[in-house]
Amino acid sequence: MTMRVHVKVRRFDPDTDQSPWWSEHDLDAEPSDRVLDVLNKIKWEQDGKLAYRRSCAHGICGSDAMRINGMNYLACKVLVKDLGSNITVEPLLGLPVIKDLIVDMELFFEHYRSIMPYLVNNDPVPTKERLQSPEEHERYDDTTKCILCAACTTSCPSFWATGDYLGPSAIVQAHRFIFDSRDQAAADRLDILNQSSGVWRCRTIYNCTSACPKEIKVTKAIGEVKKALLFNRF
Amino acid sequence: MAAASDGTLLQGLRYKGREGQWSWLLHRVAGLGVLLFLVLHIFDIFLIGFGRTTFEELLFLYHSPLGRLFEVFLIFAVLFHAVNGLRIIILDFWPGLMEHQQRLVWVEVVVFLIIFLPVAVITLSPIFTGA
Ligand code: FES
Repeated sequence: MTMRVHVKVRRFDPDTDQSPWWSEHDLDAEPSDRVLDVLNKIKWEQDGKLAYRRSCAHGICGSDAMRINGMNYLACKVLVKDLGSNITVEPLLGLPVIKDLIVDMELFFEHYRSIMPYLVNNDPVPTKERLQSPEEHERYDDTTKCILCAACTTSCPSFWATGDYLGPSAIVQAHRFIFDSRDQAAADRLDILNQSSGVWRCRTIYNCTSACPKEIKVTKAIGEVKKALLFNRF
Repeated sequence: MAAASDGTLLQGLRYKGREGQWSWLLHRVAGLGVLLFLVLHIFDIFLIGFGRTTFEELLFLYHSPLGRLFEVFLIFAVLFHAVNGLRIIILDFWPGLMEHQQRLVWVEVVVFLIIFLPVAVITLSPIFTGA
């Protein structure tokens, strides 16, 4: 059953606009359509200038996180029927807008790189794989699911207050290696997260956890890193 | 490096966070309120330097209906900041409680009301009984 939706999109083109404005669109959508389908329809049929990122369209690449009806989602994951007939789409908060729904992710990736998001192990390379028990893997399995979409980091009031804060996503990525039994650089990462731009800026607000499209228990992961620092145990 | 644009925090007020976001905001506002009272309190204590009578004559301000209303706000701020702070401490020390975090906010509200309501009634009742 097709439904009529009214869509408001926050627009900004630095070449022509002094300040952001709203474009409004009425169109037909299937209840099972995703917001990404709706945006595609607007772009293809009504306004070819509308700019947004997307790639996989299946919640894997993490390129289309945006604020939809006030909350961060992946546009390719949230269904029209769950939003109703009024849909408001805005760019992520806390990162500079490049155009319309596209934000500059550089700061986000800078924070990601700063926590050493790669395996560090200086032992001689074994002839087979580095073994790990299922229990050892379970310890950080949840945080391996991150797709770097920035939905969590840009939902965090501490990150809105200062972009210096590494943010939930970088901490999740750090957690993934800190608790990996094969990794040897946990102490270095904990040092980085112990700085004023690290985990202590987290105020346990849980916005990140609700925003994560992969349902990672983000605040729990941050809490575990805080405790690892506090008790020097990891 | 600063966050994207000025006013991001204000824009954030339009973000649809859940209980956690609003209790965090109230926690901040309550904290500032308590701080403001502290300044006022230091000032009124300082007035005792002008002699006991001056000081005691000014106490009527706190006994006036407006003064009492102000005190209820103060109690609200101190109590909320305390109870909410305890909730955050508990959640920080036991991250595994995350699954229950929304429920914990409501537990907090109940604990808060059980203490706040009677105290507020006691503080305000002299206005109505004229005591
Ligand atoms: S387009 Fe790849 S996650 Fe949505």
